[in-house]
Amino acid sequence: MASSTIASPSASFIPTKKELGRSAFSPASSPFSVPKCRKSISKKIVSVMAPQQSERKPAATGSVKTAMTMTEKILARASEKTHLSPGENVWVDVDILMTHDVCGPGSIGIFKKEFGQNAKVWDREKIVIIPDHYIFTNDERANRNVDILRDFCAEQNIKYFYDIQDRGNFKANPDYKGVCHIALAQEGHCRPGEVLLGTDSHTCTAGAFGQFATGIGNTDAGFVMGAGKLLLKVPPTLRFVMDGEMPDYILAKDLILQIIGEISVAGATYKSMEFVGSTVESLNMEERMTLCNMVVEAGGKNGVVPADSTTFKYLEDKTSLPYEPVYSDQQARFLSEYRFDISKLEPIVAKPHSPDNRALARECKDVKIDRVYIGSCTGGKTEDFMAAAKLFVASGYKKVKVPTFLVPATQKVWMDVYSLPVPGSGGKTCSQIFEEVGCDTPASPSCGACLGGPKDTYARMNEPKVCVSTTNRNFPGRMGHKEGEIYLASPYTAAASALTGYVTDPRDFLQ
Amino acid sequence: MAVSYSSSLSSFAAAAAFAETKASIAPASSQAVRFASISSARPFIAPLTSNSTVHRNRRASFVAPRAAAESHSSPTSFHGLCYVVGDNIDTDQIIPAEYLTLVPSNPAEYEKLGSYALIGLPASYEKRFIEPNETKTKYSIVIGGENFGCGSSREHAPVALGAAGVAAVVAQSYARIFFRNSVATGEVYPLESEVRVCEECRTGDVITIELGESRLINHTTGKEYKLQPIGDAGPVIEAGGIFAYARKTGMIPQSA
Repeated sequence: MASSTIASPSASFIPTKKELGRSAFSPASSPFSVPKCRKSISKKIVSVMAPQQSERKPAATGSVKTAMTMTEKILARASEKTHLSPGENVWVDVDILMTHDVCGPGSIGIFKKEFGQNAKVWDREKIVIIPDHYIFTNDERANRNVDILRDFCAEQNIKYFYDIQDRGNFKANPDYKGVCHIALAQEGHCRPGEVLLGTDSHTCTAGAFGQFATGIGNTDAGFVMGAGKLLLKVPPTLRFVMDGEMPDYILAKDLILQIIGEISVAGATYKSMEFVGSTVESLNMEERMTLCNMVVEAGGKNGVVPADSTTFKYLEDKTSLPYEPVYSDQQARFLSEYRFDISKLEPIVAKPHSPDNRALARECKDVKIDRVYIGSCTGGKTEDFMAAAKLFVASGYKKVKVPTFLVPATQKVWMDVYSLPVPGSGGKTCSQIFEEVGCDTPASPSCGACLGGPKDTYARMNEPKVCVSTTNRNFPGRMGHKEGEIYLASPYTAAASALTGYVTDPRDFLQ
Repeated sequence: MAVSYSSSLSSFAAAAAFAETKASIAPASSQAVRFASISSARPFIAPLTSNSTVHRNRRASFVAPRAAAESHSSPTSFHGLCYVVGDNIDTDQIIPAEYLTLVPSNPAEYEKLGSYALIGLPASYEKRFIEPNETKTKYSIVIGGENFGCGSSREHAPVALGAAGVAAVVAQSYARIFFRNSVATGEVYPLESEVRVCEECRTGDVITIELGESRLINHTTGKEYKLQPIGDAGPVIEAGGIFAYARKTGMIPQSA
């Protein structure tokens, strides 16, 4: 397809020093100048860590005649093609279909209507159902929706259903996890080279594992439930090469906010975003998830990070299923390539009301805030709370000046918050530190107020407040009130802002 | 049964290719040369009434499977009032998350979803999309700018618009999932304009969309605009979505 060969780093990518933060970025001179380093490293790891799977016919490894990107290879293998190009429509076998309490009942409704009241799902072990959105609410319809999931899972004997029945005490529900995208990773459902579809736009988070993962609607999900496959169009890939040592006040959230600010909220529409480079390699899995989580905020179809030893280590105790990573060929064609020197990056925020409304945190130091929110699939992981706690420690345990809400993504994260020692604190846990500086007690794990939700949702913005949040979207009304103002930021920036009551550059405390 | 679906998949594929085939137009159009609008003082094509009239028959496909005997005349034109919005209208503005407890496949809740369509728009929008105590909108055509429907994958978004009585959205470009959900459900026609129609039309203008000619006529201003052809997605939306289309064309069995 012609479009796949078009080089299109737009004029807006030419670095101009007066524009903040942009001096750290420069477009590649050629979209085809794929960096040659690292490839050999990756391949070595493959041979050690990922035994070949005999039942698969990988077009993707070994004897590839025409170069492909990672995303093209994953889709080629899942559609049993030897080669795919961007723009092709192919039927793709789905490895995992995930749904939750908001879109599950509707998807189930379509499945039953279209396949029959007595139809069986295509594979009871490949559908993962995770109640997570509207759990700790007295909203009757929300509660009913979880009941619908439970009935369906019982009827279909769904193997992976992370149920909650006692809403009064989430700890009484050992099966309950919390935010689906984080639970998928923690429970070993994310595996390199596979195809994961979910009825949630942030399903792209799983691309951190070097797999194809994207969000779909109820109708498509209803189809997948019955057929196990879906027609997908192969996206062209934008490649983001991030090199340089990441400053210790920068987190993956800053990287992705910078990229979205650069390419806009529609800059990757219909496209895949591949993240490579020494900076990306240095990121732990949770940080890679943050990076991939927000590709949809740039319109992206999916995001991918090549699987490496960090990935394999994370997966060691989480899955016993064989998997086979794939990697972009050296000659693979990218729609365009962007190169970044991360060592020069400064902490970033996205101002109201768009994730691409980028500014430096220090530029917003006069913005008075009413609250801070740390949570969600984007910013509610263990590492996110560790980062916030580290900043509080570095501040010398200053007290927060605004209400600071903490919503761990999953039950596992919640336990980590209450048990893992924070470096430099003399062995204190995150929860002890949060209590000491005056944060709200960590709440029950769920999607919480990231997307507003029912009126009685914990920390929902029911009034027009100004919030610094580690979540993913700041469109009008996202966290509740239409006139609420949301500044998207990293956990460092969120914690620093909590201490001052203004949007604050974390360097004010970390240096 | 699932088995029979699998055996029909290859023929289904050809038709279903619509869902993302149209997508190839989107990235190109955003960089395309913008054509100047064609100005003409056309007389009104049809007498106007205060109610919008939409020539289509596929509404409420979620409520009940439509009887096959019903007429299947092609919706060649839509005629009605337009509601104009800006760029990056995200799914939280189309249907705020607090209403996502409503299940679109449940007929009563489908109707209820419609009554909340576009309720998330900020107060800067002075005219309401749906009047208080009404469940349907008087605006059958929504006109937007770039990246309409960005944000969440919630299918509730095109469903809410369709349930409210919207026949078509006209925007410069769409977010991927919204576009696909619109076609898969058959709820609304996601049409793309070649020019920035959202700055040329005002809420309440009287609009005709000629689908076959890919043309939008603003009777209030007397101007005409070219639209991108809807292509293979058209018959799928007309049928009432991907499943209905596959049944209608014999790709999958008539009944589940």
